[in-house]
Amino acid sequence: MTEVFPPDTVRCDACPVLCYIKRGQAGACDRYANHDGQLVRVDPHILLDRAKSQGRPIVPFLERDSHWDGQLLAKRETFVTAIGAGTTYPDYKPAPFIVSSQVDGIDIVTVVTEGIFSYCGVKLKIDTDRHLGPERSLVRAQGEPVGHVTTAEYGSQMLSIGGVHHLTGGGKSEGRVTCQTLLDLCNGNEVALAVDDGAQITVAAGKPPIVNGQREERMRVGCGSATIGMFAKQWYGRVDEVVVVDDHITGVLSEHQAGKMLGVRETGIAIQGRRSTPGRYFQVALPGTGWGGTNISDPLTILKSFKPNLAWPGLRLLMVSTTGEQFAYYELDQALHPIEKELPDVLKDSVARVRENCEPALTTVLFMAGAGGSLRAGVTENPVRLTDSVKRSLTRVTAGGAPAYIWPGGGITFMVDVSQMPENAFGYVPTPAIVAPIEFTVKKCDYANLGGHMDSVRPIEEVVGENERQRQVAPSPANPWPLTPPTPGSHE
Amino acid sequence: MRDPAVIRKLPDGQRVHMHDGPIDLIINACGTVQAIRAAHEAAARRFVSILDELCGELPLLRRRLTSASPEPSGPVARRMAAAVAPYCTHDFITPMAAVAGAVAEAILSEMTRAAELDRAYVNNGGDIALHLSRHQEYSLGMVERPDFPYLFGSVKISADSPVRGVATSGWRGRSFSLGIADAVTVLAAKAAAADAAATIIANAVDLPDHPAVLRVPANEIAPDSDLGAIPVTRDVGPLSVSDVELALQNGQQLAEKLLDRNLIHSASLCLRGRVRVVASSQNSHEFESAPRSLQHA
Repeated sequence: MTEVFPPDTVRCDACPVLCYIKRGQAGACDRYANHDGQLVRVDPHILLDRAKSQGRPIVPFLERDSHWDGQLLAKRETFVTAIGAGTTYPDYKPAPFIVSSQVDGIDIVTVVTEGIFSYCGVKLKIDTDRHLGPERSLVRAQGEPVGHVTTAEYGSQMLSIGGVHHLTGGGKSEGRVTCQTLLDLCNGNEVALAVDDGAQITVAAGKPPIVNGQREERMRVGCGSATIGMFAKQWYGRVDEVVVVDDHITGVLSEHQAGKMLGVRETGIAIQGRRSTPGRYFQVALPGTGWGGTNISDPLTILKSFKPNLAWPGLRLLMVSTTGEQFAYYELDQALHPIEKELPDVLKDSVARVRENCEPALTTVLFMAGAGGSLRAGVTENPVRLTDSVKRSLTRVTAGGAPAYIWPGGGITFMVDVSQMPENAFGYVPTPAIVAPIEFTVKKCDYANLGGHMDSVRPIEEVVGENERQRQVAPSPANPWPLTPPTPGSHE
Repeated sequence: MRDPAVIRKLPDGQRVHMHDGPIDLIINACGTVQAIRAAHEAAARRFVSILDELCGELPLLRRRLTSASPEPSGPVARRMAAAVAPYCTHDFITPMAAVAGAVAEAILSEMTRAAELDRAYVNNGGDIALHLSRHQEYSLGMVERPDFPYLFGSVKISADSPVRGVATSGWRGRSFSLGIADAVTVLAAKAAAADAAATIIANAVDLPDHPAVLRVPANEIAPDSDLGAIPVTRDVGPLSVSDVELALQNGQQLAEKLLDRNLIHSASLCLRGRVRVVASSQNSHEFESAPRSLQHA
């Protein structure tokens, strides 16, 4: 009997089952898979591998080093992350991996475990000035409440997602959807959220947010008024009037305090919209995707006629959006009508600078969780000593090799930027709770002092290569190398 | 290239992990030091040939078992066929439905033949063969989802119970399921029998034609699947409480029939956090549910 399978099917010869594996699928063992027509190993335990001779990472994240023979490691530094390491729950106490290494002549121990976190969530920073919803409004995913709008920050809207009350305090469906939402956000996947009495947004870590279907491109350096203030000096003398068009506050150089202080002459300009304080105008147009987040495509529509007693023929006018993405230059004719002209060279730099100061709009995801007693017990027989050691910076905390910020006060409550962690570093349990990697790195002598499981310490050489589930990845260039011996009194 | 079988001690120094192709066994033996060593050696000797032996007659083992099916030749394959035989008149079933339990059983029997053990187990990816000498017992944790070690309940099995096999089946597991159960755990006299029954019951925990259940022909995912074009569960979307109860009811009815036919000792059916236990009244205490707790954060 001959069976015909699709051309992108591979036949795995790693064992006598000889599975036919379709593209994107794994074989019966779940160890080998068909990745774009290639047979590859999957489900690794992640090791960070720093090529010492290079000083800096030379391979992108998760790129497979298919010719690795295990021998290079003697010359390289490897950090065993907790991703895929397993947890201490339920059957044995010491963390799954307690690994010793020598770094610059100092014995270092890294305790590697995956934590099961019920007390956890993410803080989303969404770079947009658009109104996402009133503070305290519920944020929903698939109709279930998963978080709320919290205090806005400069240029960004902040959401708090997850937390123990949504995970386990509400209905079953609420817990399940919250868990899924957290998992997706932490693993860098796109998530659709709806704010009660607010916007529909689509966010993913490290990507521009999409608000009500509109992708945000750039953060403003400030509102139109602030932009006038920042760049007034660079415009003074090169142009007679500048209007910075903005959805929130449109600024006008000659009327603005910054222009007044420089001695900018009145120009007789008249702006549509509601004047707030001198040189600052609200509601010059409706919100939209045109100039400066308004709905306008022709900036002259926000101007009324120049006042003839103050304006003069030849008056030079620059109109620019708050992100510098749009600009136009005009000179007044004899009838005081603005006539568009090419932007003079002396103004090009200032427009470019406005644009340059508007950073790309992103969504950033900080995972925040607290390590409870059981997790700490996997590290030491005396959990409180671990807390103390972390507080005194004798023990460094990382998550998948990424540095964790430890919140002051009791316990070990930490925050980590998920985009600095290897891909798919997070998992979950149906409790529901999130499974996140956590590593504690400490000098060996300090580890003994805090009651560490010294009997379970194994040299790195023994751990690396002991099973085929391990995968080496390069560390994120943004992260400090986690094995640098901890220095008391500093959190990185 | 054929990867060799791997046999190694786990970090606890007690349990042994044996791996060959799709087979992963965790083995634990209790007794004297000499007995443990002898048992481990016997297990290892048997283990290294077991996959090749099964693969030698894989086409037969992947075909539907009927009363007309030829008897497989290998001893493990025979255990598989015998375990699924009680279902072959009503259900589509292949001997593969009992492969994990049968392998566990075969390895355990080598161990107990080689040494006098107080107690021992062979855990083949959740399908477990047990050995208990007098007054010994095992306590087993049950997980809803195979991918994470969250316990939703536990089972205590003592030497005076007839149970020597435990198996769990669900759609998220390594094998395909026709049903939507998160986990069906079956206790039976032998591991292969438990394995076959768990498969059959998990298939029955189902909501036929429910729009939230995504089904795909098995051979679209794994071209050589023993299930051919039979639709298998790939995803389960939101379910109402009454949906969940109905699916569990479907599974429970079947499990009760198997209990009446003496094919199983007891079973625990779990879907979306709801659990049904099927057992004769004197055995119903065996399953204990664990309260959901946050203590391990």
